[in-house]
Amino acid sequence: MSAQTQNSKPTREAPASEKVGRSKRVKDIWNVLQSVTDPEIPVISVVEMGMIADVRIDGDRAVVDLTPTFAGCPAIDLIRREIREAVLSTRERDVIVNVVYDPPWSTDRISDVGRKKLTEFGLAPPRDCCVNGVDTLEKVECPFCKSTETDLESIFGPTLCRSIHYCRACLQSFEHFKSV
Amino acid sequence: MDKIETLDALTGATREAVVHLLYRMADDELIIGHRNSEWTGHAPILEADIAFSSMAQDEMGHAQAYYEILHALGERDPDTLAFGRKPREYRCASLVCLPKGDWGFSLIRQFLYDAAEQVRLTALAESSLVPLAQLTTKLRGEEKYHMMHGRTWVLRLGNATTESHAKMQAALDRAYPHALGLFEPTEFDETLAQAGVCTREEELQKQWESAVAPVLDDAGLEVPDSARPVFGGRVGKHPPELAELLNQMQMVYSIDPAAKW
Repeated sequence: MSAQTQNSKPTREAPASEKVGRSKRVKDIWNVLQSVTDPEIPVISVVEMGMIADVRIDGDRAVVDLTPTFAGCPAIDLIRREIREAVLSTRERDVIVNVVYDPPWSTDRISDVGRKKLTEFGLAPPRDCCVNGVDTLEKVECPFCKSTETDLESIFGPTLCRSIHYCRACLQSFEHFKSV
Repeated sequence: MDKIETLDALTGATREAVVHLLYRMADDELIIGHRNSEWTGHAPILEADIAFSSMAQDEMGHAQAYYEILHALGERDPDTLAFGRKPREYRCASLVCLPKGDWGFSLIRQFLYDAAEQVRLTALAESSLVPLAQLTTKLRGEEKYHMMHGRTWVLRLGNATTESHAKMQAALDRAYPHALGLFEPTEFDETLAQAGVCTREEELQKQWESAVAPVLDDAGLEVPDSARPVFGGRVGKHPPELAELLNQMQMVYSIDPAAKW
């Protein structure tokens, strides 16, 4: 495929990717992806968000499958680029980032660590994604004071994934990551 | 029903029918998305503004996802499909072409449209065409908030004051015949149904009617009983408002289609 896979120049140093096993390479890619964040929620990595569906090595190339949070998310191209750059900052020399819908992303994919970070960020974490009806947005726990004496102010918020609420206990407005 | 695992496995008449189906869905999404975006900065209250802007963003995102599948099937690239076609090349229903009207009309239109989309996405989540089933499974989850929003406002305004009720009834009378046009039969319906790709339009319409009727009833609104469906959109015959909308939407793109952004 590329000059790197050929041995026509034995004096040239072989790329690092040929020196380590696949499982180590995959593990290192998962690690570096911890540094890539969702630009709209910069405290949480794409791994903690559950957006990375798969990492694998295909021949000499690294492959990352990205399952988008919202199909209309304007940040997807940026996130793809950042994933690409992050992977290329390791020993990898070639990477492809696919956008996939299988598995479909849902808020259930956000890790426990991710949920904790969302709360610390002041964003109430999502509930079970299988709940339907408007009551899924009622009595959302306030991320500041933990009260559930809260009202839904708006189903839609500053980004596609957020709704707006008001806490009657600490008199603060707050945002909630909607379950999808 | 045999599964069609990849887009490459689509051939012949089924492939042609899928392309038509995707154009219908994508164009509906793009045009209603644009109409909704006309409320950005103009809605009665801030939350209403954010709601229509968010829904516009969702619909346009969905349109883009469908255009990308079309591109993978050999059609032009998504930007050209969105901005580089003439009105008669679009396959959207007349409902989405109509001007935004007053806020009540936009609400009713969005409610009727979202219910139709929900019915179609639910059918497509079981599609034999695996890539389409995967995508629509994802999109359906996003739509639930549109349904909550529409239902909440239709119930509230239908039952609020004499004036709000009258406006909502007038909006429903105007929108309903066009909403029926979302289910315009096409020459591809039989092929799509036989291949297990998509349920027949008449069946989808029945499901849609069962979904919207109870909400409209609770809102004290009456479905116009003599409503005759407005057809034509699926074969490229549109109300003049589509050409006006496209003129505006494509204005910048058409100055220099090759410009890099």
